[in-house]
Amino acid sequence: MEILVCVKRVPDTAENEFELNAAGNDLDRDDLVYSVNEWDNYAVEEAIQIVDKVGGSVTVVTVGDDEAEEVLRREMAMGANAGVLLCDDAFEGSDGKGIAKILKAEIEKGSYDLILTGAQADEGAAQVGGMLAAMLDYPYASLVNKIQVDGDKVKVGREIEGGNQEMNEIHLPCVLSIQTGINEPRYVGIRGIRQVAKVEIPEKSAGDLGVDEASVGQAGAKSKRVDYFVPDMGDGAEMLEGSTEEIIEKLIEKLKAKGGL
Amino acid sequence: MTQIFAYIPFKNGVAEDVAMEFPEAAKKLDPNASLTAVVTGSGADVDTVATDMTKVYNEVIKIDNDALAYPNAEIVRKALLNVLPGDAIVMVPHNTFGMDLAPGLSVKMDSAYAADVVDIDGMDGTSLKLIRQELGGAVSTHVTCDAAAGAVLTIRPGAFAPVDGSASGSVVDKSGDAGDLTAKRAFLEVVEAEVGDVDITKSDVLVSIGRGIEDEDNIEVAQELADAMGAVVSCSRPIVDAKWLEKSRQVGTSGQTVKPKVYLAMGISGSFQHMGGIKGNPFIVAVNKNPKAPIFQVADVGIVEDILDFMPDLQEAIEEL
Repeated sequence: MEILVCVKRVPDTAENEFELNAAGNDLDRDDLVYSVNEWDNYAVEEAIQIVDKVGGSVTVVTVGDDEAEEVLRREMAMGANAGVLLCDDAFEGSDGKGIAKILKAEIEKGSYDLILTGAQADEGAAQVGGMLAAMLDYPYASLVNKIQVDGDKVKVGREIEGGNQEMNEIHLPCVLSIQTGINEPRYVGIRGIRQVAKVEIPEKSAGDLGVDEASVGQAGAKSKRVDYFVPDMGDGAEMLEGSTEEIIEKLIEKLKAKGGL
Repeated sequence: MTQIFAYIPFKNGVAEDVAMEFPEAAKKLDPNASLTAVVTGSGADVDTVATDMTKVYNEVIKIDNDALAYPNAEIVRKALLNVLPGDAIVMVPHNTFGMDLAPGLSVKMDSAYAADVVDIDGMDGTSLKLIRQELGGAVSTHVTCDAAAGAVLTIRPGAFAPVDGSASGSVVDKSGDAGDLTAKRAFLEVVEAEVGDVDITKSDVLVSIGRGIEDEDNIEVAQELADAMGAVVSCSRPIVDAKWLEKSRQVGTSGQTVKPKVYLAMGISGSFQHMGGIKGNPFIVAVNKNPKAPIFQVADVGIVEDILDFMPDLQEAIEEL
């Protein structure tokens, strides 16, 4: 089974407190900590486990700048066999469809049976996998939390509302977006990263991929982010301040009044 | 005139709440737009829901076909493509079905796409002015979306005010236009969530833990506080992903829906998927060491502290009462 996993380098929500820049229209990116999108780790782990069972290989791909190479290396240290970086100034400002178009061009140069993405990434849109599948005319399932390979089909579980699981049978080749919790992604140590530090990662431009520059990037985007802002949510929570002792005293009074004690 | 179509999700013959929220979203986009509900399914349920929707929408399209008995996104997409005009603005709920359907629908309609819309600032010509969130709700963004050739928008359930059902619309049966409804993906069954050792939906007070608990061994700290309060420990998704607690303890749209009187969110950032599982307007206390955690926008009381220090102190104070 030849598996491609699409990954993304994103600001780490667990490691950052997000602030706006001085102009108030973008994040203050100076000190942001980046990492691989959390969902993508589960997708790579799942791909490795499938290949361990049925044979084949795992390739990881990302659309990004030079710095995005570090997430490919991290996933290769987990056990992915190869990485590809799709990198071109023309890709900057792509919307979901732009990213899907770029990935489609790379996929058509290979011969993959299964394409995995994370269920969502930093923008919370959960869009690229479904778009990619539709562009390729492959079947698709989102929010996948179980995969069982069965010949030229896969049996997949989708996480739906209320903790229930929707089981489907899908013909290969297909695209699946992977939900967190499907497995336990393996730990990657410094040693693992070192072992793949010298592996060459091919870099492909719009020209290499045969992608029309006008159809991707800012030029091809129908959806555009204008700015970032912090919404005025009214008063928000009443913040309890003072020493811990004082805070606890105030909290206990409130809990008593509201039936919490 | 702007033509907006709203896909109505339903279960057991009852439309989901978001069906009452689409009209407000449509009005914010263009108060003069025509708004049509689309109900797909099979048998008595689709008739019941379509008729119910005439109280909310002036026009309701019904697509009745055996292949639509369970909402398989690939099949629903084919039906919608055959029935809707190519330049339509289509609204779909941002839930587990919408995420399955909407991105591919926008590709096949060759229209613009915007996901998880939480507010709308109207239209400027054919440009939709939308508001979204990124980074787990930590920041919001203004987004423009060129809808000259149509658009597919997923709408966050609960983000728009529900309307009263005061319309007296009519049902148009488009079942004959649905076309070929074969698919490369087949629905097999729904496996119901396992019942856990504790039913968090029955507790009036929940001590709910998130990433801030940091380590499996620290769950004991939350359990001891819960014991002192006569409460039950619940959690957010990362705790279940890490297999530290059972799935049945998870609060959120993909877990349990709870209706406690008091909800203590301990080290929980407060994603909309998590908050979507908290109903009945409980008194929410949020404790988080990050002063910018989104949970502080929705909680009643906020405390900026490390839960691992705060919970034992609170437990001790309660035990001394």
